[in-house]
Amino acid sequence: MQPAGNDPMADVALSGRLTLPAQALARTRALDRLRLGDVVFRHLTRAAAVGVLLLLSGVIISLIDGSIPAFRAFGFEFLVDQRWNPVTQIFGALPAIYGTIVTSFIAMLIAVPVGLMIAFFLTELCPQWARRPIGIAIELLAGIPSIIYGIWGLFMFAPFLQRTLQPFLIDTFGDIPFLGTLFAGPPYGIGILTSGLILAIMVLPFVTAITRDVFDAVPGVLKEAAYGIGCTTWEVVRYVVLPFTRVGVIGGIMLSLGRALGETMAVTFVIGNAHRISASILAPGTTISASIANEFTEAVGDLYTSSLIELGLILFVITFIVLAIARYLLMRIERRIG
Amino acid sequence: MSGKTVTARYAARRGKNVAATGLALAATAFGLGWLVLILGALLWEGFSGLSVAVFTQMTPPPGSSGGLLNPIFGSLVLTIIAVVIGTPIGILAGTYMAEYGRYDRLSSVVRFINDILLSAPSIVVGLFIYEIMVAPLGHFSGWAGGVALSVLVIPVVVRTTEDMLTMVPNALREAAASIGLPRSMSIRRICYRAARAGMVTGVLLAVARISGETAPLLFTSLNNQFWSTDLNEPVSSLPVVIFQFALSPYKDWQSLAWTGALIITLAVLTLSIAARTLLPSTKQS
Repeated sequence: MQPAGNDPMADVALSGRLTLPAQALARTRALDRLRLGDVVFRHLTRAAAVGVLLLLSGVIISLIDGSIPAFRAFGFEFLVDQRWNPVTQIFGALPAIYGTIVTSFIAMLIAVPVGLMIAFFLTELCPQWARRPIGIAIELLAGIPSIIYGIWGLFMFAPFLQRTLQPFLIDTFGDIPFLGTLFAGPPYGIGILTSGLILAIMVLPFVTAITRDVFDAVPGVLKEAAYGIGCTTWEVVRYVVLPFTRVGVIGGIMLSLGRALGETMAVTFVIGNAHRISASILAPGTTISASIANEFTEAVGDLYTSSLIELGLILFVITFIVLAIARYLLMRIERRIG
Repeated sequence: MSGKTVTARYAARRGKNVAATGLALAATAFGLGWLVLILGALLWEGFSGLSVAVFTQMTPPPGSSGGLLNPIFGSLVLTIIAVVIGTPIGILAGTYMAEYGRYDRLSSVVRFINDILLSAPSIVVGLFIYEIMVAPLGHFSGWAGGVALSVLVIPVVVRTTEDMLTMVPNALREAAASIGLPRSMSIRRICYRAARAGMVTGVLLAVARISGETAPLLFTSLNNQFWSTDLNEPVSSLPVVIFQFALSPYKDWQSLAWTGALIITLAVLTLSIAARTLLPSTKQS
């Protein structure tokens, strides 16, 4: 047996007892540190969340601040003035607002029915094995950057329209009183109609993806009941699925409209950048975003720059309202489906 | 009601159904057709201009040959700045909304605003950064471009972080609390780890989103025809070069624009497919 004084365990026990207050101290210190870390981390995350709100207010404030000179010079006249003249320094937003709304309208006119039909196909008709690949392909279409649509539109789509669709429209409707003015003028290739069509291709995947998701959320029992009383597939979609998902579908359409209104690059390439309102949709025009993209770096003088910033403010307000309605509607259907 | 009208009505209903089915099929073919057309044109035009010179030479003056080295480099740098600034802010904000304030008022307001920022026009972001960085400092700069892109990264990362953390089962949080783990540590060591794949997906999607963005760069980082590593100077980027070259009358420039478009599209498609393959593994776990 070893002498007690050399017993390692006793040493440990002894030293342990001696340093106990120090250990307790270290323990409280460690706990304090953890508690401090907790508080700091919590406030850090909260600050970041508030930061997202500040980001939005920052955007609004900076745009308002930037458009003050233009507002001082033109007031509300800016919204309805058709003139846009950098030489005489007179600026009006109406042609750009008009172009933005008309191109988006053309886009939605095409994308909404086509998108709904694709969603119908994907949720009701498509064989199970093909659903995922087709869905992914449509979503890839959504992921292609808008500048790609722009360059394709400029070099491929616009010349194609110039040779085919536009002469056809002019020949067919040119002599009819009202429609004639809508399709008057030479086939430029570029213009309001071309921009609307490119936008339609761009927002089609958004419409499709959102409507497919809300269609998928319809309870199977409802559809089965409809099939059970002998409805055809189309009748099930028309009288059961669509009414049930109406709010969500409208939300999806509004969301896509928000995209179309603010879309810049795809339109800038093919709109022709002409600040005037033509009755013909074949004529070149401009949109808010295309004007800013084309002219901002070349804008000379405070008033010109400020007018473009005010255009940006108008665009932001319009899209904000549209997107807010869209989100509100989509939130409602999410809550209903659970 | 006679049997004849019933059969006629049934035939009409069936006819309508066949017509609707046919239309749906046609619509799908129409939608997918554009994808084929656009990708086809890109591959055709882009590959014919693709060569080693594209990756080794600078953008040329009009009428001579060259490459896209400085815009490719510039785009990479701007993307890195945007991710480095945007990801931490996005993850922290998403963490607050999913962990600390899942049901409080601040979170629901931030959620609503974030969803709007997610689809707000990117050109407005460019104007915003111009107003707060370019105009006060008096010059266009790479920093401004990076910050503008980071504004687009934040909402994407916030959204995916919140979604992914919400999917982490509460049992994990309870287990962490039961062994005395402080809240912040359980979030960082347990929840982040459980949601990691989804959060990485969010960053990948954000990179995919910004790599083709042109509008916010037009008046922040502007463009630079020469090699520059100084971020206080204007910096060249692929989308802006494509914009400038495609609208030029020079054949060489147009061909380079197509090649640049091909590079961007391939990068974006690779990123979105990578993000997609990452995602299912988190849903299972």
